[in-house]
Amino acid sequence: MSKIKCAIIGPGNIGTDLLYKLLRSTVLEPVWMVGIEPGSEGLARAREMGLKTTHEGVDGLLPHVQADDVKIAFDATSAYVHKANSDKLNALGVMMIDLTPAAIGPYCVPPINLKEHAGKREPNVNMVTCGGQATIPMVYAVSRVQAVKYGEIVATVSSRSVGPGTRKNIDEFTRTTAGAVAAVGGAKQGKAIIVINPAEPPMIMRDTIHCLTEDAPDQAAITASVHEMIAEVQKYVPGYTLKNGPVFEDNRVTVYLEVEGLGDFLPKYAGNLDIMTASAARTAEMFAEEMLAGRLRFEPAAA
Amino acid sequence: MDLKGVEIKVHDMSLRDGMHPKRHQITIEQMQTISRGLDEAGVPLIEVTHGDGLGGASVNYGFPAATDEEYLRAVIPGLKQAKVSALLLPGIGTVDHLRMAHDCGVSTIRVATHCTEADVAEQHINLGRKMGMDTVGFLMMAHMIEPQQLLEQALLMESYGANCIYATDSAGYMLPDDVRARVGLLRDKLKPETEIGFHGHHNLAMGIANSIAAVEVGARRIDAACGGLGAGAGNTPMEVFVAVCERMGIKTGVDVFKISDVAEDLVTPIMDFQVRIDRNALTLGYAGVYSSFLLFAQRAEKKYGIPAREILLDLGRRKMVGGQEDMIEDAALTMAKERGLIQA
Repeated sequence: MSKIKCAIIGPGNIGTDLLYKLLRSTVLEPVWMVGIEPGSEGLARAREMGLKTTHEGVDGLLPHVQADDVKIAFDATSAYVHKANSDKLNALGVMMIDLTPAAIGPYCVPPINLKEHAGKREPNVNMVTCGGQATIPMVYAVSRVQAVKYGEIVATVSSRSVGPGTRKNIDEFTRTTAGAVAAVGGAKQGKAIIVINPAEPPMIMRDTIHCLTEDAPDQAAITASVHEMIAEVQKYVPGYTLKNGPVFEDNRVTVYLEVEGLGDFLPKYAGNLDIMTASAARTAEMFAEEMLAGRLRFEPAAA
Repeated sequence: MDLKGVEIKVHDMSLRDGMHPKRHQITIEQMQTISRGLDEAGVPLIEVTHGDGLGGASVNYGFPAATDEEYLRAVIPGLKQAKVSALLLPGIGTVDHLRMAHDCGVSTIRVATHCTEADVAEQHINLGRKMGMDTVGFLMMAHMIEPQQLLEQALLMESYGANCIYATDSAGYMLPDDVRARVGLLRDKLKPETEIGFHGHHNLAMGIANSIAAVEVGARRIDAACGGLGAGAGNTPMEVFVAVCERMGIKTGVDVFKISDVAEDLVTPIMDFQVRIDRNALTLGYAGVYSSFLLFAQRAEKKYGIPAREILLDLGRRKMVGGQEDMIEDAALTMAKERGLIQA
């Protein structure tokens, strides 16, 4: 069966981990890795794995897009350059999956709204943040049972798994995540907190989700919904585990999770990064299936 | 050591760190009354926000009686000489909160990170300095790393624009030699114009001794809470510290009797319980656990039947850092399951 060809922009930890996942896909074929440093280890690694590479950024990829039939690109760089990358590739008919917190396209959290995106022909979808991918399915698991007036998530990650981009702009994490807790999770108001823990050996990502329901929570229905949603996420992140809860106290519903990664390129404790790359790969696969079935096509803009 | 004539700035914590033992329920009126008392007694700098800093209002840390903005707008105009500071923990609060605080008239912003994570404070320290604020880098749980590592983090904060760096003993774990080693190294290696501060907790009754040790090796800003109202067994009690300074000839500019009246007449009466070194507060200091975990652990003890001390020791062993209040109920649930107290 033919596969949909992809490019990864950003040969760092995230881009490389994503590459490992795409290499296993039955519908996606990674063909280009794009960086900006000639001596990049990530580019060298991608070359060893058979990809074409450029160190001239997205501009180095553009001349090859049509000849190599690239249909989907993943941006694993930073929010600052994402829009420029996206505009250039969209113009050539390439769909963009955004792993930065730029959030210029609609948020995508696979078990919640992936199917909805499939029919919409959006040229750019955003993967929110690692904390968002880990927690928003739980907010939704409550809000699909009954109205949630306030959703709050606390993501605690190992210091070793937080890169310089996130550190330089940690506010973007809290803002983007809080926005998506409301927009995708279905809470009327959203709040996000991130805590970085330097313990050694590194701690596995922990996530706590607090929802305040409008009326007294239907405990049985919420508990069932939470378990169902966990099973959905486990399809692409097997280490997504309920540690405690749901706990009910008045109108508070709290779920305690641990997210262990697959350990593809990144260590297992970095479940926060794994859930991003796994969600992005899952999203791209669904779009690829639509493309292969002839239901989704993006045309290059008229020259 | 002769400290006669040394001038220091004391910074009151009762209306910020003191929010922890009050479950963030200090009323606007109480804030106004106490801050005016502190002002009148000569305290030059008073911190006002949610206990977990700007934006701390949450299920995780507790919803306060009023918003940060309401507190700040109510307190600042009533002060004659004292300035007001606000705390901000990146990951909880954002630059939007910082702008709001600046707009309310806050003159000092203290950007707090865990002692190894200074680089998440860059954008907030940059902005504070750019807006012309007295900008402080606040390195929490400083007992968890060696002095040399603390210095590396302090240098980062200094490079972002902080004009004052704190060694913060969030767990009340340090002994005077620990303080001297850390504060002394910061004083030696940071720019001479960068001020050094120390923030203590009284969990092992070392608040005063540690603060004096910090002054000996060059700290010129000392945090203390009037009436000792702060997390755990409270902060260094302000009125006692001021009295000790007076005896030693250290100049604080604060009147001993006036500040002890504020403690007695205004702060003590608002306490929900006596803030003191009970067995759980002692455990914080003994095991090196973040002081604001105290009430959460006590509530978990009530709900799940696991002694607070055991919960705190577990959190200490797992090297939890400030902000991980969510892990307290989680730990209690896990222990209760293991002990067959609740269904797994």
